[in-house]
Amino acid sequence: MSAGTETVVYTETAARGRTMSLSTRNTIFRALCLSSALLVLAVLAGILLSMVIGGWPAFRAFGLGFFTGSAWDTQSDQYGAWPAIAGTLSSAVIALAIGVPLSLGVAIFLTQLAPRWIRTPVATAIELLAAVPSIIYGMWGLFIFVPLFAEYFQVPVSNVTEGLPIVGTILYARSPTGLGVATAGIILAFMIVPFIASIARDMLAQIPTVLRESAYGIGCTTWEVVRYVLVPQAGVSIIGAIMLGLGRALGETMAVTFVIGNANRLSTSILDPGSTIASRIANEFNEAIGLQMNALIATGCILFLVTFVVLVVARLLVARMKAV
Amino acid sequence: MKFRTLAAIAGIGMASVGMAAAADITGAGATFPFPLYSKWAEAYKAATGNGLNYQSIGSGGGIRQIKANTVDFGASDMPLKGADLEKDGLAQFPSAIGAEVPAISVPGIEARQLKLSGAVLADIYLGKIKKWDDAKIKELNPDLKLPSAGINVVYRSDGSGTTFVWTDYLSRVSDEWKTTVGANTSVSWPVGVGGKGNEGVTATVKQVPNSIGYVEYAYAKQNKLAYALIQNKDGKYPVPEIESFQAAAVNANWKEAPGFGIILNNQPGEKAWPVTSATFILMHKKSDKPEGSAAALKFFDWAYANGDKLATDLEYVPLPANVKDQVRAVWKAEIKDAGGKPLF
Repeated sequence: MSAGTETVVYTETAARGRTMSLSTRNTIFRALCLSSALLVLAVLAGILLSMVIGGWPAFRAFGLGFFTGSAWDTQSDQYGAWPAIAGTLSSAVIALAIGVPLSLGVAIFLTQLAPRWIRTPVATAIELLAAVPSIIYGMWGLFIFVPLFAEYFQVPVSNVTEGLPIVGTILYARSPTGLGVATAGIILAFMIVPFIASIARDMLAQIPTVLRESAYGIGCTTWEVVRYVLVPQAGVSIIGAIMLGLGRALGETMAVTFVIGNANRLSTSILDPGSTIASRIANEFNEAIGLQMNALIATGCILFLVTFVVLVVARLLVARMKAV
Repeated sequence: MKFRTLAAIAGIGMASVGMAAAADITGAGATFPFPLYSKWAEAYKAATGNGLNYQSIGSGGGIRQIKANTVDFGASDMPLKGADLEKDGLAQFPSAIGAEVPAISVPGIEARQLKLSGAVLADIYLGKIKKWDDAKIKELNPDLKLPSAGINVVYRSDGSGTTFVWTDYLSRVSDEWKTTVGANTSVSWPVGVGGKGNEGVTATVKQVPNSIGYVEYAYAKQNKLAYALIQNKDGKYPVPEIESFQAAAVNANWKEAPGFGIILNNQPGEKAWPVTSATFILMHKKSDKPEGSAAALKFFDWAYANGDKLATDLEYVPLPANVKDQVRAVWKAEIKDAGGKPLF
């Protein structure tokens, strides 16, 4: 209320000596704000519409089979997006499985446990990680991480799991090149940590000290404070942060293209090469002609929808938790 | 004051853009010949004062751009078929030749030691030959000590003319490849991992022992990759070098295909390197922009006459002289302005 009064006083002072009346200026301001908001909506609708139109020939040619089919054959013009959808989802799930605990650990350490002198350097380093361009992650992944991952993870793990039921299909590399869905997931985990960690840190830091201190006061351990006081308090925002990370993991293109092995085949093992929707578009868009181009735009449309669904689910989760 | 400075800067900027646009030849397309066209363009500018603005957006993009008539010429690594050229009223001619080699990283085996036949290469890429000490490879290399290790097959993941040339070669030497996979700028690979670009394939072959991957010869040479020799149509194992690439071009029957659209893979000739291909230029036969088309033809005429040394420096292979003369004859006969006047 008081803020509103102050604004009026301010505008009156500012308006003194000008010809335009207060109400006209307000109307113009209102119109400008409204048009900015509408512009974003229009751009969003425009993108979605042009992708649906561009991908329509592929949707029409293959129908539902476009979502479930696993052939991607430029020779006979047969396209199915399932391997790319599966690759997108599985690499993102791996990224979250590794990235979320890591980010929460970082956030809790920085807000609750770290001595003051170490907080700023670590927090700055995490924020710098967010500023590293994704192509750098890709190059680093390909040249440094991939050979190490092949030698110290793929080869020993494959030797152990070879022939075992279930584990042998999920964690077995037929050719241990270091490239694969798991590698992409790990690189993605590094890329989403700064996003999740910095938001979670801000949220945890905002929790009133009184809450924490009273919990300690009744004899809670640090674990209990984190588990029963901090996480429930910041839970909603942390889920929001995770969804932001998931959005980045789903859409990340360059870094994934470098390390995922780019195979348009469906594989049961996460150590085998695969592809994501974004990496396939990055790979093939330049040279695509005819139906292949439509199929690529259609996969882009699917990615758009997947991201949209993720956001809606996140919103619903947040709303439900707030209601509780 | 500030505004005036800004306006002056904008004016200068606009003027320079305007000047450049007036003189520059515009082209777009294949990435493979990009270093060559840039080098030629630089030398051409120094010699004549005329510039070339070439955008390496990929062969597919080059074909789209020339069809949309937004550039003076398009460039493609994959020749268009006669019917497609006819339909869009396009003329097509080769500009230079490139070759590919199978780069390998088998411990203990150096460049040019391993010998492979086309059929064996196709079986490796089909996933039928899985180990380096397979009987079929041993048979071709009785003196080499081959490891009993799995073969890591590497391919280009991005759509590329390089892939088209390689898969076209495999289609020519293996019926099974031809029917199950085929030849295109990107195909559905039965086995292996994909690296993005030549650098992606090179990195993977280098880092992962027991790999095989196809790259342009220049790339293998610059990066000091080991590579295997391939048996040619005459049953010989030529060494990949300018002479053996040109040998593939000389014996080819260029007039046989519309728009010189033949692929030099698996050509006869004792010295002919089996995985060789030209890269192509596309132009409108009836030009709406005769100045631009004439300037582009002048540029390629100059490059044919003066660019051979620049090409060989970059490991591209200049066209044989008889092919250049055939191309010039086609320019005279086919590329005209709206009134039917030849532009060359």
